[in-house]
Amino acid sequence: MTANPGVSGEARDDASGPLASLTATLSIAAPAAGRLLAASLLGAASLAATIGLMAVSAWMLSRAAQHPGEAALGLAIVAVQAFGLTRGLARYGERLVGHDAAFRLLAAVRTRFYDHVAHLAPAGLVAFSRGELVARMVADVDGLQELLLRVIPPSLAAAIVGAGTVATCWVLLPGAGAITLVALALAVTAVPLLTSTVARRAAAHEADLRGALAVATVDLVEGAAELAVHGAADAAVARVAALDASLARATARTARLAGLGLSLATLLAGLAMVGNLAVGVAAVHDGAMRGVWLATLAVVPLAAFELVAPLPVAAQSLTRARRAAARIGAVMATPPPVPDPPAPRAVGPPPHRATAVHAWARYPGSSRDVLRGVDLALSPGRVVAVVGPSGAGKSTLAALLVAFLAATRGEVALDDAPYGAYAGDDVRRVVGLMEQVPHLFATSVAANLRVARPDADDGALVAALEAVGLADLVGTLPEGLETFVGRGGARLSGGQRQRLAAARVLLARWPIVVLDEPTEHLDAEGAARLLDALLDADPARATVLITHRLAGLERADAVIELDGGTAVEHLAARTSGSA
Amino acid sequence: MTVDPPARAATISGSLLSRDSRLLALATTRRFLRATVGVGTALAALVVAQAWLLASIVAAAVEHGDGLGRLWGRLALLAAVVIARGALGFLSEVLANRTAAGVKGVLRRDLAARLATAGPAGLDDARPGALATLASSGIEALDAYYSRYLPQVVLACVVPVVVVVALATQSWLAAVLVVVTVPLIPVFMVLVGHAAAARSEQRAAALDRLAGHFLDVVAGLPTLRVFRRARAQAETIRAVTERYRTATMATLKLAFLSSLVLELVATISVAVVAVAVGLRLLSGAISFEAALFALVATPEAYLPLRSLGASHHAIGDGVAAADRVLDLLGAPVPARPSGRTSPSGTAVTVTGLSVVHPGRSMAALDGVALEVREGEHVAVVGPSGAGKSTLLGVVVGLVAPTAGRVALGGVDLDDVDLAAWRAQLAWVPQRPHLFGASLAENVRVGSLGASTAAVRDAVHLAGLDDVVARLPDGLETALGADGATLSVGERQRVALARALVRDAPLLVLDEPTAALDGATEQAVLEALAAHARGRTLLIAAHRPSLVALADRTVALPSPRRAS
Repeated sequence: MTANPGVSGEARDDASGPLASLTATLSIAAPAAGRLLAASLLGAASLAATIGLMAVSAWMLSRAAQHPGEAALGLAIVAVQAFGLTRGLARYGERLVGHDAAFRLLAAVRTRFYDHVAHLAPAGLVAFSRGELVARMVADVDGLQELLLRVIPPSLAAAIVGAGTVATCWVLLPGAGAITLVALALAVTAVPLLTSTVARRAAAHEADLRGALAVATVDLVEGAAELAVHGAADAAVARVAALDASLARATARTARLAGLGLSLATLLAGLAMVGNLAVGVAAVHDGAMRGVWLATLAVVPLAAFELVAPLPVAAQSLTRARRAAARIGAVMATPPPVPDPPAPRAVGPPPHRATAVHAWARYPGSSRDVLRGVDLALSPGRVVAVVGPSGAGKSTLAALLVAFLAATRGEVALDDAPYGAYAGDDVRRVVGLMEQVPHLFATSVAANLRVARPDADDGALVAALEAVGLADLVGTLPEGLETFVGRGGARLSGGQRQRLAAARVLLARWPIVVLDEPTEHLDAEGAARLLDALLDADPARATVLITHRLAGLERADAVIELDGGTAVEHLAARTSGSA
Repeated sequence: MTVDPPARAATISGSLLSRDSRLLALATTRRFLRATVGVGTALAALVVAQAWLLASIVAAAVEHGDGLGRLWGRLALLAAVVIARGALGFLSEVLANRTAAGVKGVLRRDLAARLATAGPAGLDDARPGALATLASSGIEALDAYYSRYLPQVVLACVVPVVVVVALATQSWLAAVLVVVTVPLIPVFMVLVGHAAAARSEQRAAALDRLAGHFLDVVAGLPTLRVFRRARAQAETIRAVTERYRTATMATLKLAFLSSLVLELVATISVAVVAVAVGLRLLSGAISFEAALFALVATPEAYLPLRSLGASHHAIGDGVAAADRVLDLLGAPVPARPSGRTSPSGTAVTVTGLSVVHPGRSMAALDGVALEVREGEHVAVVGPSGAGKSTLLGVVVGLVAPTAGRVALGGVDLDDVDLAAWRAQLAWVPQRPHLFGASLAENVRVGSLGASTAAVRDAVHLAGLDDVVARLPDGLETALGADGATLSVGERQRVALARALVRDAPLLVLDEPTAALDGATEQAVLEALAAHARGRTLLIAAHRPSLVALADRTVALPSPRRAS
């Protein structure tokens, strides 16, 4: 499980990298089997027309040299012209059908991939970085295209036409049939096998280097400011250059092998031509074969060369496609951290209560229990503050409460049933979260708010912005609610981003909400006002307030201090203060 | 017909895709072209030799009844020609890869250098996902340009000419037929190629949007799930993917159409030549040997043009990627050029400073003054949105002032040697970036040659000891892209360690303890206070605890009052 291919130690482990099994890789193509078969048959027709054109023409010339009547050539002339037309048309059909099948399938794979990743986020994705996921979703899925275009149709077409070619030669002269068979068999099996075996390592290395290069490039963009100020830009550029040089060395090896495979195939086809000529000349000399077929025997291997040409590429493409399939499969095989039950229970009517009873939690793939027996009770109107040092498990508790994680021991329950009885989305209909680092999408202020409530009208959006103290900002922006917030909200200040996220929480109107450090990046006065807005929006709402500030604790009914994964409940500040 | 193959190759490819002229201008490309012309000419000669040997052997065997005994020599020669063709094919592949690697390396290094120096100012809307795709797979697509397209262009110029000349010596009719039909092919290619090139650009843009969109969605997945919007987003993903498919298919349909025309012209011409020479042979106008030579040689005249048609839809991506890199490299640098005067000391004087971010009507800073004397500890406070980060950005030379005077180390901002100024400062931004490297390497961004002991000290001072203890390989643990495995507070402490290891006389810290809890913050603050002794400290702060570190505070007015 490699989160980062850019690091030397792990890159070494990955060099021989995982390959998906052949059947697993081919099974990806199963939904498009019909279209792929049609493409293969069209490809075979095109190849057959090429060979037929040369074979019949050669016979026609040999026959013409005997000066028979023009009628003797009539059928051959028609056949030659028909082959001339078929070749191009069949090839066009093959490409169109094949590419259409490929892109339809890739679109389906990409959507399935997203669906699965959406079920893994966030707790199930700790092993994959964002760039890594996007690379798999875009580049690796595109890599599967090779399987559908360069592996399956050319291989099937070559098998069909190859068998036909050998049979034809065999009928004319068994010796020539044997030579053609050996040459074609060597070309279609040994050559691709040889090159792909040796190329596999190089290709494996290339995929990792490309991944590392992508990570290093994203780093250059996102870390540009720090690299510039700390004078480390040159070193980072040198790192990219070094990765590029390694990649160039790897591709040079692959190219030599590809060239070798391609040339060997050409060579074998030419040698078959020479061999056919030799046995043909002897057969004609001995009277074992009629001279009119000699030219045909010589030109058929030359035309049949087209059948072999795509195969070394096909073998290398297959390796790349299997690697891509393995990288996609690794994500697809990751089980969702909190699977939905087969028959989810419906959430009852309000009021709602959420409780954690001696709950333990850990992240998937980790052996460390982050929470070790936490108790928490949320009923309408109750405010529970959670404090504790960094790493005490505050955000893990938040993930547990919104069903991003399942309790490994103890229980988390909504109303009178454990979380596990409900679909995750149904739990989150009741229990919401303001994340510690909320994500703002690269779109407008309005679209970012409507993530919380898609049907909210502009009035509701403005009201939410007013409540969090952002009405002014939107008022001064040139395009108001439609203003683009930048990548990750980069055009807003840290405080503005935090307020926009808070507005989103208000719009969502959850009965129970977890606020994970909601007033980060705000000054004391602004923090207090925003906290008031969040807590006063709905007096019946139950709130978990995760904070490391003292401000706001006076509004809590209870304070839970997390330390080392266990919880100590303190005196209720609000009740004691108001009593 | 005067043939200057390199010039002609350049002209033809230039007219097919006029945009690759910038690639052709590269010295590496021109050297490669010259070598390819040599290889192509040799190949053309071998093609003619092979056809002639084949025809003469068949004719001798059929018409004169010659056996192996008499034809042995010619058969051996034919085998030699076949072997030489194979060897040349290998050579040209290796040559192509070497050239492609060279060009890709140059483009990639220049792009990297550009990304690193342009700074964040010019990159607000440049999607890192798109840039990563461009620098990795985008540029990789150039392989096809060098290994398939350019050599084919050369072969398409050289081989038909040689074959036609050879044909003319045997059969005028075949030669004339080929001369008439061969020029049709480039004509169709030019017609269809232009449209395909435009489409290919659209497709590259579509792949960009795809990557950019996925990056945004994947980064926001937890948020989407919290709001139960992840499933609805699948619909958008489907739509974006569908648009990509439609764009790609439209490009390909057109490209395939050009291939269809090419193949039809080429194969029908072969059929016509075959029938025509067959009828001439029937009437005794030419010899069997000449007719057979014409049949075997004619397809060879079309083969390179056909391959060119087959490969030229595959090169658009690479050329488009190279073009976008060259565009990026050619765009003006947003950052102003650095001056030459070395700063003396670490004092900062700012008067009447205003900053308006591009595209914003409201000033981020409006008439701000700041004075930080050597060795002084100053905290900049103010409500959020008051411009604290912007002010610090000006001091570290990342944000350009719209108006006002800024002196760094006693030298005006316009004249100061920015590298020298930055060499004496350490900076912790509000949202630090972690690199896809080990924890130690991340700290060393602050000081490239720092010893392990120095890194260890900085990590200790930043309160990261427990984190290091938790990580499987300690300091050498890979952090994943953008520090995916660390919490926000931990990331901030890594950035702090980065600043501390720098051992710089000026510390510029933007809320360095924002995400830290009380106990951790206290420990970090104590370490920071000790470290700051004898150094100049400029700190943006919300928290009273952080303000306590300063001798003096400078308050920025709220943005409302400023406007």
